[in-house]
Amino acid sequence: MEAFLQQLFAGLATGGIYASLALALVMIYQATHQVNFAQGEMAMFSTFIAWTLIQAGLPYWVAFFATVAISFVIAAVIEFTIIRPLHKAPELSVVVVFIGLLVIFHSVAGFLFGSQIKQFPTPFEPTAWYGTSYLSPHQVGTIFVALCIVAALFAFFGFTTLGLKMRAAAQNPGSSRLLGVNVGRMLMLGWGLAGAIGAIAGMMVAPVVFLDPGMMTGVLIYAFAGALIGGIDNPVGAIVGGFLVGVLENLIGSYIVGTELKLSVALILIVGVLVVRPAGLMGRVVVQRV
Amino acid sequence: MTASTSSSPVAAVRAPRGIPWVLLLLAAAVAITFLAKGYVLFQATMVLSYAIALVGLNLLTGYNGQISLGHGAFYAIGAYTVGILVEHGGVPYWLCVPAAAVICLAVGYAFGRPALKLSGLYLALATFALGVVTPQLLKYKHLEAWTGGVGGIVLIKPEAPFGLPLSADQWFYLFSLATTVVMFLIARNLIDGGTGRAIRAIRDHHMAAESMGVDNSHYKSMTFGASAAFTGVGGALSALAVQFVSPDSFTMFLSISLLVGVVVGGVGTLWGALFGAVFIMFVPGLAEKVSKDLAWGVYGVVLIVFIFVMPGGVMGLIARLRARRLANAPGASP
Repeated sequence: MEAFLQQLFAGLATGGIYASLALALVMIYQATHQVNFAQGEMAMFSTFIAWTLIQAGLPYWVAFFATVAISFVIAAVIEFTIIRPLHKAPELSVVVVFIGLLVIFHSVAGFLFGSQIKQFPTPFEPTAWYGTSYLSPHQVGTIFVALCIVAALFAFFGFTTLGLKMRAAAQNPGSSRLLGVNVGRMLMLGWGLAGAIGAIAGMMVAPVVFLDPGMMTGVLIYAFAGALIGGIDNPVGAIVGGFLVGVLENLIGSYIVGTELKLSVALILIVGVLVVRPAGLMGRVVVQRV
Repeated sequence: MTASTSSSPVAAVRAPRGIPWVLLLLAAAVAITFLAKGYVLFQATMVLSYAIALVGLNLLTGYNGQISLGHGAFYAIGAYTVGILVEHGGVPYWLCVPAAAVICLAVGYAFGRPALKLSGLYLALATFALGVVTPQLLKYKHLEAWTGGVGGIVLIKPEAPFGLPLSADQWFYLFSLATTVVMFLIARNLIDGGTGRAIRAIRDHHMAAESMGVDNSHYKSMTFGASAAFTGVGGALSALAVQFVSPDSFTMFLSISLLVGVVVGGVGTLWGALFGAVFIMFVPGLAEKVSKDLAWGVYGVVLIVFIFVMPGGVMGLIARLRARRLANAPGASP
């Protein structure tokens, strides 16, 4: 029973990271109906930026918020320069461009920062008061941060004018334009937020798996699975899906298939969800009539 | 009224006009056997194996519109089929290549059937996950007895049969060339016939195709299977050429390379596979000379630039140039 609870809570901790990244994916999907394949690599790149800032001597939390701001800007710029011109292009072109971005971020990170594994500090002291026997302080911190992001976004989208405008721009760009919403700017904002959230996810996962350019590829697959299980167009679904995938990955990995095949579990989950219920648990079911 | 047999200026290479070019290409390819040294022959063989693999991916993505980001998995299955059959079954190499095709056909069909429900983005997602997971699956310890685990399987390049005065490199290059010609002929037949029309109809408007009597489920899963078979043959040839199969040769980046090859060569074209294969064989080497770490960055930039500037790839560019030349030719209608 002990071991089971251990795995369960560990799953929740990694689930927090998947949930954050899944949230970033869902945000971009909601705004543009495109899946950002490069989200993982962008998050990894941001984490490297954070590492550089910390190496330069900045205290952790200063580097943290600076990285979030920088990632916001980078993501917004990418939307404006590369993604916006493609909004009418066929699907294959868009997917290919996303893959191109993935590859560029991956190799530039390797080029600028080197591909050696690096240690990334955690702001949550290993001996802090909120650690328990099941969860290390870092894991508690990860879950806490994920929940904070969710709460902040919920408040932003639900109670601010800007949030309302963003939701309008995503749901109905044409009508929103007629009502005076600058849809292009909302798209940039959406991408920027996704980039920022991705950066936070990266900084939460780096202390656990160590920082190197290949850090986020696996995490991205789990985040995809989480976003799909929860419903690719539902932010709350993304969170629920992310935590669920984290727990499932850990439990199935420990008790059924062994740790080497954990990623294959994610693949099976993805294919399974897409075949059985493409809308996910909480997404909107779209019925097409001919 | 001219009595020419030419069709529209933007026609792809089509008999009888294209045949001289093809024969020239074939003659040049055979000549390489005797003019080039061992390593260049190896590179040429790899180009051929990539070309077959790209024909496969293009069949699925270019002609049928199903985006696959994980075709490296089928390349790996083809390669490992050869490895396992040669190592554990003692099967002769020339039987292994068709065997790889059959096995990949089955696996591709098996993957294609549930994938029927996925379209566009979601299929891209699922195949992306497949591509990422492939090395992990190949390293799985319960399969180690067959796959050789992380260490992989070592193969030996076959010698020329009947005592022909050819080195192993030369013989295998000619074998690959023959295989490539056969696969291209099969592909050309497939694409030009009714099946090809059905496949393209599904890409262009699957609902209209269905209402015209094209069985979407059948054609889409069969195309997946056929595409996997082609790519598997490419993988099988590469296994024998490299003389080694290991999980880390078949990472996500192989799938991305294949995608780059298709985009560069021309999505939805047959000959584009050759251009794409040459590109993915030689450009990483050149890019590495410029900067070791940025080699992949070059791929990414090429992908994005091509989508913006040359979405039709090299074949699209050739078609546009030919159209312009024919439009400007004397005697052409204004």
